[in-house]
Amino acid sequence: MKPAVILFPGSNREQDAVRALRLVAGAKPQVVWHAEHELPPGTDLVVLPGGFSYGDYLRCGAIAARANIMDAVRAHAAKGGLVLGICNGFQILCEAGLLPGVLVRNARLRFVCREVLLRVERADTAFTKAYRKSDLIRIPVAHGEGNYTADESTIARLEHDGRIAFRYARRDGQIDETDGPNGAINGIAGIYSEKFNVLGMMPHPENYIEPEIGPTDGRGLFESLAGALKAA
Amino acid sequence: MNSIPNTSRITPELVAEHGLKPEEYEHFVKLIGREPSITELGIVSAMWNEHCSYKSSKVWLRTLPTKGKRVIQGPGENAGVVDIGNGLAVVFKMESHNHPSFIEPYQGAGTGVGGILRDVFTMGARPIAALNFLRFGDCHNVKTRRLLAGVVAGIGGYGNSFGVPTVGGSVGFHKRYNGNILVNAMAVGLARADEIFYAAATGVGRAIVYLGSKTGRDGIHGATMASAEFGADAEEKRPTVQVGDPFAEKLLLEACLEIMKAGCVVAIQDMGAAGLTSSAVEMGAKGGLGVELNLDAVPCRETGMTAYEMMLSESQERMLMVIADGKEEVAEAIFRKWGLDFAIVGRTTDTLRFVVKHNGVVEADLPIKELGDQAPEYRRPYEEPLPRPVVAPEDVRTNASVADALERLIASPDLCSKRWVWEQYDHLIGGNTVQRPGGDAAVVRIEDGPKALALTTDVTPRYCEADPFEGGKQAVAEAWRNLTAVGATPIAVTDNLNFGNPEKPEIMGQFVACVKGIGAACEALDFPVVSGNVSLYNETNGKGILPTPAIGGVGLIEDLHKSMTLAFKAAGEPVLLVGKTQGWLGASAFLATVCEREDGAPPPVDLIAEKRNGDFVRGLIRDGLATAVHDISDGGLLIAIAEMAMAGRVGASLEAPPAGMDPYAWWFGEDQARYVVTVPAGQGAEVIHKAEMAGVPMVKIGKTGGDRLILPDDRSIVVESLRDRHETWLPIYMGASS
Repeated sequence: MKPAVILFPGSNREQDAVRALRLVAGAKPQVVWHAEHELPPGTDLVVLPGGFSYGDYLRCGAIAARANIMDAVRAHAAKGGLVLGICNGFQILCEAGLLPGVLVRNARLRFVCREVLLRVERADTAFTKAYRKSDLIRIPVAHGEGNYTADESTIARLEHDGRIAFRYARRDGQIDETDGPNGAINGIAGIYSEKFNVLGMMPHPENYIEPEIGPTDGRGLFESLAGALKAA
Repeated sequence: MNSIPNTSRITPELVAEHGLKPEEYEHFVKLIGREPSITELGIVSAMWNEHCSYKSSKVWLRTLPTKGKRVIQGPGENAGVVDIGNGLAVVFKMESHNHPSFIEPYQGAGTGVGGILRDVFTMGARPIAALNFLRFGDCHNVKTRRLLAGVVAGIGGYGNSFGVPTVGGSVGFHKRYNGNILVNAMAVGLARADEIFYAAATGVGRAIVYLGSKTGRDGIHGATMASAEFGADAEEKRPTVQVGDPFAEKLLLEACLEIMKAGCVVAIQDMGAAGLTSSAVEMGAKGGLGVELNLDAVPCRETGMTAYEMMLSESQERMLMVIADGKEEVAEAIFRKWGLDFAIVGRTTDTLRFVVKHNGVVEADLPIKELGDQAPEYRRPYEEPLPRPVVAPEDVRTNASVADALERLIASPDLCSKRWVWEQYDHLIGGNTVQRPGGDAAVVRIEDGPKALALTTDVTPRYCEADPFEGGKQAVAEAWRNLTAVGATPIAVTDNLNFGNPEKPEIMGQFVACVKGIGAACEALDFPVVSGNVSLYNETNGKGILPTPAIGGVGLIEDLHKSMTLAFKAAGEPVLLVGKTQGWLGASAFLATVCEREDGAPPPVDLIAEKRNGDFVRGLIRDGLATAVHDISDGGLLIAIAEMAMAGRVGASLEAPPAGMDPYAWWFGEDQARYVVTVPAGQGAEVIHKAEMAGVPMVKIGKTGGDRLILPDDRSIVVESLRDRHETWLPIYMGASS
């Protein structure tokens, strides 16, 4: 496994992602500066970490989507390479055209940092094989603009193609549309690209990997990636 | 000297507008031997105001204990530095941004966070945690809701983007803050103990470099505003509030740490209050050197800025550095990489003069030591505070039962859950937050562990108002206790002393007594003060705030696997009370909330008992004998038990008070040096025996279990419904749906 974690000037959870890849997947991630044009040779996973890539005073991720390195990330994805965008990374993937839709301000207009329950919508992708379908996992969110939305036909297509990765759920497993952290349509917390090789998600699995810090439900995602890339 | 242009005549009105007293101005004129230029007047007003010079407080601050075997750097630098072993040091400080936050809450609070983060990374430390201490007016005041919403959003907006977890703090309400809220921000950073950077410049002829954002006209005279009382025109001062850019600060952090690692930095000072003036003067004065600035080189955001404006601008996210000989190019390349401005704006000199040139004209030429570390000092007259009578339990009347009182207190503005606040702060970033907001102290892992830091901010302003000396002691004792309760060894404190107008002898009396109390407690608890900030003139229309010396405490946990939380863990465990209970209701939360009176003497603090009881509890945690620990503070014993039950979602049945003890005094008295501890089932007697041997008072008061708190001779309360009350007051007050 050869992950590359992209560093934009305002990224601030890149070390959290590095730690998760190191501790859970046993990888030695390369941190790649946004102004570079190439990914390190042999890169098999690109991680766009959380943060405020360029301050994000206007549209989150809009400037980052146009950074030098993003052409290389697009090329990597086009070849079927794995890309994981977490929080700001998800916003950047939407702005970069690698995922459809957009993340707007939370319905309550406030930043929210709290643990949420996610329902795993499918357990047959490179990102989720270590989970079981319909598992409820505890993962924290920390964002001001995580309210996923898209036009009706896009949502219908995502739903039809099974491209919803995770949804905010209640304890009984039902979708949490009204009481979720941000008001996302259909409780959407994360989505896949058409080929299921790109995942964008608002919650932070990288912060729930060590028992001494809290729950460890985030490990499954990194274990899945390690498994998928070992097999490849 | 006559070459200094004096386009504006210096009138007494102009002097007054600059916040200088006539006698201070006379002293200044005598010092320089001529009438100053307008730029010079601006510079001296910036350096000699209360905020920058500590002129009223200095003589008293010097009495505080500041040394200890772990202390690397005490007060006087950008932040305090304390050794935590393994070659690492913790760097921390707390600072106020009260006045700007009242005028413009979002930007005021945000730039307060930015300022304190800068203080910490200026010393070479990467910030790993932020905390805050907030006080708002009465919740019925029309402004309170807006101010609270704005301040919380501002703190979150800055810290979340910068990328530091905001892990703890304190939020409270009182009508005495109606016209003058308190926003104190604390930052904690981690550095190599042998790679700390200081402000004192060394070496003559070295380049002084300006780094960071451009200079604009924002915040001119912010420090002077912060040193004056508010009148009815407070809102008109909005243009003196700075605007924050956390993204620029994040870039500045990374660039500064990189430039330090590359060996480029001789001295560094952030531009905080009084911007370029104060940073340049402090570097020179502390290093015993002169400084010559050429303002033509200063990167400006606006055109046509005058020397006066540039010297007094408080534009944010800026730094001044003295660069090592021959390292200018390396430093510049690093700053360009991060997209930040870099300009050589001056040189160190051997003249001990502070010279400012603009467009080839000398705009200021002043003696640097007298501006900086030799600024005027006052020993202001003060009145000894009068002691208040002790409130006897039989003088306290209420129709509320103990259960009623518990329900009222747990959902009162001061004691309710502050989740609505701290969920707006990213408290998890970094992946090191072992204990989140809501406990006695936050616990943050150091690097990959097993060491961790415990962090808290505390003071009980009610007590300080009632008895400033005991209140000062109590603030320190409570911080020490909160750190102890999570299993940490308290190692040092930072303080933020918020008071009214020091020119009033009764206010100065509060200040002096609080400082004496803080000093006594820090001495007795081996808890030195390593940094701090004084905020005076917290008055509006002549009415001062409650005396509020906020204490930021830092503790060290050797192994985070042995840290402790307050939640009840299991059913059937003995609930033990540590410390002596006399039933002290004076100045208590019970008296204020349930009886609507705020009179009486506050609980006295027995520092010997405090240390003995705390050391014993910490020992229990280390020996693995405790399953939950909580300090007893606001609201007394029953509130502490209720908080433990709500956190663990486990009930308890409680025994009757000792014979002859008034039930209100027993359950709600705020006697100090106390904790509630649970131990595994069957081990109560053994632990009580241990306490006896150590001379620590300890009694069993109940047993955990069930879904409710069962009170003797009263109705029982379902924990979940108590939790609902506790959690919903603030969201409902703020008009939120969750």
